[in-house]
Amino acid sequence: MRLWPAIWAALAAAALALALWARLPAGWLWPPQAMHLPMAGWITAGMAWLTDTAAIGPVTFKDLTRGIAAVIEAPYDAARVLLVDGITEGKGRKATVLVPPLSWVAVTVAAVALGHYAKDLALGLLAGALMLYLAVFDQWDSAMVTLASIAIAVPLGVAGGLGLGIAAWRWRWVERVLSPVLDLMQTVPTFAYLVPVLVLFGFGPVSALLATVIYAMPPMVRVTLVALRAVPSEIVDFADMAGCTQTQRMRKVMLPVALPDLMVGVNQVIMLSLNMVIIASMIGAGGLGADVLASLRRLDIGGGIESGLAITALAIVLDRLGQALAAKAGGVRAAEGSWPRRHPRTVLVLAVILASGVLGLLVPAVQDWPKDWTVTTKPFWADLMEWINVKYYEQLEALRVWVLEHVMLPVKGFLLALPWPLVVGVATLAGWRLGGLRLAALAVALGLFLAATGLWEQAMITLYLCGVSVAIAMALGVPLGILAASSERAGKVIGTVVDTLQTLPSFVYLIPVVMLFRVGDFSAMIAVVLFALVPAVKYTAHGLRSVPEELVEAGVVSGATRWQILRKVRLPMAVPMILLGLNQTILLALSMLVITALVGTRDLGQEVYIALTKADVGRGLVAGLSVAAIAILADRLIGAAAKDAKARLEGGT
Amino acid sequence: MTRPVKLACRHVWKIYGPHPERLLGNAPTLEAIRASGHVGAVRDVSLAVGEGEIFVIMGLSGSGKSTLVRCLSRLVEPTGGEILYDGEDLLKASPARMIEIRRHHMGMVFQHFALLPHLTVLENVAFPLEVQGLARAAREARAREVIGLVGLQGREGHFPRQLSGGQQQRVGIARSLAVEPDLWFLDEPFSALDPLIRREMQEEFLRIQKQLKKTIVFITHDFDEAIRLADHIAIMKDGALVQVASPEELVLAPADDYVRAFTAHVSRAKVITLGRIATKGVPAGVAGTLPAEARVETVAEQVVTAGRPFAVEREGAVIGHVTPQAVIDVLIGRGT
Ligand SMILES: Nc1ncnc2c1ncn2[C@@H]1O[C@H](COP(=O)(O)OP(=O)(O)O)[C@@H](O)[C@H]1O
Ligand SMILES: [Mg+2]
Repeated sequence: MRLWPAIWAALAAAALALALWARLPAGWLWPPQAMHLPMAGWITAGMAWLTDTAAIGPVTFKDLTRGIAAVIEAPYDAARVLLVDGITEGKGRKATVLVPPLSWVAVTVAAVALGHYAKDLALGLLAGALMLYLAVFDQWDSAMVTLASIAIAVPLGVAGGLGLGIAAWRWRWVERVLSPVLDLMQTVPTFAYLVPVLVLFGFGPVSALLATVIYAMPPMVRVTLVALRAVPSEIVDFADMAGCTQTQRMRKVMLPVALPDLMVGVNQVIMLSLNMVIIASMIGAGGLGADVLASLRRLDIGGGIESGLAITALAIVLDRLGQALAAKAGGVRAAEGSWPRRHPRTVLVLAVILASGVLGLLVPAVQDWPKDWTVTTKPFWADLMEWINVKYYEQLEALRVWVLEHVMLPVKGFLLALPWPLVVGVATLAGWRLGGLRLAALAVALGLFLAATGLWEQAMITLYLCGVSVAIAMALGVPLGILAASSERAGKVIGTVVDTLQTLPSFVYLIPVVMLFRVGDFSAMIAVVLFALVPAVKYTAHGLRSVPEELVEAGVVSGATRWQILRKVRLPMAVPMILLGLNQTILLALSMLVITALVGTRDLGQEVYIALTKADVGRGLVAGLSVAAIAILADRLIGAAAKDAKARLEGGT
Repeated sequence: MTRPVKLACRHVWKIYGPHPERLLGNAPTLEAIRASGHVGAVRDVSLAVGEGEIFVIMGLSGSGKSTLVRCLSRLVEPTGGEILYDGEDLLKASPARMIEIRRHHMGMVFQHFALLPHLTVLENVAFPLEVQGLARAAREARAREVIGLVGLQGREGHFPRQLSGGQQQRVGIARSLAVEPDLWFLDEPFSALDPLIRREMQEEFLRIQKQLKKTIVFITHDFDEAIRLADHIAIMKDGALVQVASPEELVLAPADDYVRAFTAHVSRAKVITLGRIATKGVPAGVAGTLPAEARVETVAEQVVTAGRPFAVEREGAVIGHVTPQAVIDVLIGRGT
């Protein structure tokens, strides 16, 4: 089978030659005007129809959106009363507080109690310490606004996901309808969600919450479906034999048995909600995300870092508590006795809430952390950045220029010089080789879609930024994964770092990068690499670790050195896993790329961002779907390659 | 000795695949089913289970036992056929009626226990009663009763994961008996247990059955287990019944090589009953009277030690006698 490598090499050479020397007639380089379909216009018109005239009987679509908004607004207001505003009389600045919100003391004690309940005192103290951190560094108010959003978004996302997941489990057709929708939702970049929500619900916390819920729900649907399917069939049979009604079976058997698995989904909803609630500051979420956004726009370095660290603290608290609760689910239950005896922590927290609330009326420091006690690190960060920029400006600049000139720009130039039929053709050929006719057809369809959007140039720029970032992420991530798999200590250290990186909302990555390299493609690339590195490391390490011990021993017995075992046994066996890691890296890179529009890229992400600022649904959705098209194509191609590699390994050749 | 039929099925089919109903019209052969990309899990099975008997379904793994028993309880919807429970066709029963029947008349024990991990032993056993809406005090009282029956007193507060496999299956048995079912399905209840524990559980099972006299459909892939427990054995192969008979008939007259392969290594004394080796008439000076259903193995020592013949009676009437020589012949495999 020397044929195919030769064909690929010839294609590559031809592409290079075309890019370097050929003068292409118009319509060959980028898709001709005649091919463009005014999809953005259609979508915008459809949206206008929806908002202006659509109605089911007497209920107009506007009424529907108002209704949904009201359903979300009421609990959100309640959460804000509890955490942020208290019960007030009057409006705006003149408002007088009748009942204060929960004091910092109460919230911190509640965090400690929850940690203790979920796992142990150490976790409780960690959670408490991070809450204190928020108070000390004057991030309390913003953090509570964010927390209020999450407190509402998570139950809604979990309940919605659970409901849809259960329906998909019960009825095959629901699953068949949902499955492609979920696929699409998980590849459409976060920003693209914001545009239609913004148009339908306006600017404000309710829209932000809605976008958050929609974004965080798909994994819960999937997890629910998988968890319910994983309930042993004998247990389902037992429920039927016991004479359960459908509802009894679900409530008393399926859900409790699936609970530990379901909690994994809940944890995901929490982390995705946090991520999205930060991003949704662009349509009015407020809180820590709004602070970061404002700092980014003002290039206020210190402020940005402070808010970013606060988000990190909140993310760690939520992640650790969520994970501990997930691990605990299905475990031993509360002790016997009366309600207070069974719930000592709840009693304690309620007591502290009351006591600190009353005491706070006399001693304000108990209610609100005093301003005098806060510490600001803004000057420190500003000085540090200044110092770095003065001291290392030349080195940093040299690095930036070198990478731009020697790596990024050539790749960009190459991709932009390729005729579009060649690009679509190569993708199709790859699809055919890896996945047969179906995948080839998908490649043609998605390629033509991209050509018809009129966004070919932006798509190629997206491809270039994504390609370079992913290549660098893999170049860094795979060796790190190898290192992590090679020794326990390295594995622990790298594992902790990677886990923490993973909990950070994508926005946070922009802050240090912008400070060091300002705006532009290079900054975007660094942020994307940082964000997308995690799966490259994780999957590589996992793939290497799960090579069967017997194979390694066989290598050792036949006298192979460590290096030989790695190269000849472990790495080849881990290839399918590493390919899956590559797949995840690409998907994360694409989702981050859209967010880097904030630092001034010129790709599809920028299109979405502009559409967002102009509330132009058609433009935003078309660009968002284009990103989704690239993501889906990459996902299917690499998925097929991984399957192929795996089949070859298991086939023994 | 014929009992009234409690549960019967007629021409039951279960075919898995894209279009099972299309195949069914013309009684397809195994090959035809396979060739069309279907699986014939149960093929044209008809059988009758008498009230109070232990009816064992035996077959290699994949032969369709679990599917058949799930058709009998309608956990799996058969592709075709009739299931008659006390004369009522279950396949025509409404969902509400099925719930009713399962709540009050059927119990099932599962190979991997199927205990609910989030409930204690007591709550697990009380679960079928809870589903019926019985008050807590009443259902817990009943649950404690059956927990006592299976010898698990003192473990009511344990969670399933804190119990050994044998203990877990005792919970499964107690749970299936909590509603006092008259039809008791057991799908390989002891297959997941160690051989020693399995033996102990079989004894326990026979003890409970002596007390309760349920109508039982018991599934196993272990022929020794089958002949130990069964009044009747149905042997399955590729979804179809090969032979339905008493253990004794099965061993003495296997229908084909498939059945013969199972019976070849079984010691005759384990299955042959006194009724079969009894000779007519009763000589003077018998040492005592034995039931005709007793298996030779269980009375051999008694007869041989006595050194004298025993009278044999069936349903109160003496039908003949057995001599120590006849017993010894069976033990050493002479004759038969
Ligand atoms: N849900 C199903 N879908 C397709 N085939 C099935 C299904 N359940 C069982 N089968 C097939 O039916 C046959 C009988 O299975 P089963 O009744 O579980 O056998 P046993 O209990 O005797 O081991 C097997 O070939 C099995 O693969
Ligand atoms: Mg089975």
